[in-house]
Amino acid sequence: MTTQPVTGAVPSADSVESQLLAHLEERTRTVVAPEQDLFATGVVSSLFAMELVVHLESTYDVSIVGSDLKQDNFRSVRRMTELVLRLRAGDA
Amino acid sequence: MTDGPALVKCLVWDLDNTLWQGTLLEDGEIRLPDAVRATLATLDSRGILNSIASKNDHDHAWARLEELGVAEYFVCPAIGWGPKSDSVRTVAKTLDFALGAIAFVDDQPAERAEVTFHLPEVRCYTAEEVISLVDRPEFDPGTVTSDARGRREMYQARFRREAEQAAFTGPTEEFLRSLELWMRIQRASGDDLSRVHELTLRTSQMNATGVPYADAELRALLDDPRHEVLVTSMGDRFGSHGAVGVTLLAKSERVWHLKLLATSCRVVSFGAGTVILNWLTDEAARAGVHLIADFRRTARNRMMDIAYRFAGFDEQDCACRATLPPAAAEPAVERLHLVPTPRPAPELVALTAPGLAGAGPVSADAYGRG
Repeated sequence: MTTQPVTGAVPSADSVESQLLAHLEERTRTVVAPEQDLFATGVVSSLFAMELVVHLESTYDVSIVGSDLKQDNFRSVRRMTELVLRLRAGDA
Repeated sequence: MTDGPALVKCLVWDLDNTLWQGTLLEDGEIRLPDAVRATLATLDSRGILNSIASKNDHDHAWARLEELGVAEYFVCPAIGWGPKSDSVRTVAKTLDFALGAIAFVDDQPAERAEVTFHLPEVRCYTAEEVISLVDRPEFDPGTVTSDARGRREMYQARFRREAEQAAFTGPTEEFLRSLELWMRIQRASGDDLSRVHELTLRTSQMNATGVPYADAELRALLDDPRHEVLVTSMGDRFGSHGAVGVTLLAKSERVWHLKLLATSCRVVSFGAGTVILNWLTDEAARAGVHLIADFRRTARNRMMDIAYRFAGFDEQDCACRATLPPAAAEPAVERLHLVPTPRPAPELVALTAPGLAGAGPVSADAYGRG
């Protein structure tokens, strides 16, 4: 991972969202919109799903387990941003 | 067989005065003995790969191998002027084999010594030993599965696929679409079982329980009407990956119990696990049953955990849980539950699969009445 883990203050929604958009564009080589359904084509592999989970965990210093570990939370960049902010707020 | 020496998975050949008689650059004329040709063919048919570490001009040597009609036997040949230990190391790395699974044959004691010095795990043989290699236990895998016979072609397909992927600059999804992926899910036959056993041993990242099922155990379940043992194979326009997944399902009236789901890491980036889970969910929805999947956390299978969760499985309590025999306490097995809903067919993978619900399989009926 190239991004340093974010520790301390809760990051802003805008910064998380733009970072995630950049990451996904690099990873999928396509332009991604914040509310775009990433799972629409049904081809998101288990490997890609795991990469997303691990990316969020390592970049934002959160741990995603149990009931948070569901596809709905990863369906779009906006949903992932909400998840990160919720988990970070829970920490604080 | 398990007590014998570790099997060789790839033999790396020197060319001059080892594979062929003569020195290409000096003699011009070289000769390939029939016994050597036969050794290549035998190793190939046993699923042992052949590669090359030769100090020669690559294009010249390769053209000669093509004239001799043996070029097709070799994967990732290293023909150049670097040290042979580097060549052998590169071959092992490209194939993703441990050095202990590599053998090297060369007529020059100095070359063997150089390889041994840098790579002590690599087993070295002299040119005189070539014709008797096939009689050695380390070159004899015993039973040869159909996947083993096709192994070299699978690797060659993989190298062509990877080269094309590296050159592909468009979106990842477009590359997947261009592959023309196909998946076939079939009820396992007796012949499939050795492949299945191998898979349960090797698939640590995408194995839901980390439990390698013994051949005999699975064989007994083939004839059990309450169980489905399913083998998945996958491929694309470059060729087949062979058997890449195994699924063990116990069917009863209200719930299908997914006891084992393992897929090879070779196909995980093509969405193999996701497609199988999607298909099972759709079949279960048709049959009007719930799904329960055994999951045992290991150090390496978090990907499988995420695959289940993303497919909708969770810890939710349900009356159907009580209809299953108790889960093993040691090692602890979690049971993830799903109320299935119909799923669309995968968009990028052409799937052929048997119908598990309805009249087709005798098993559902047999269990319901029994």
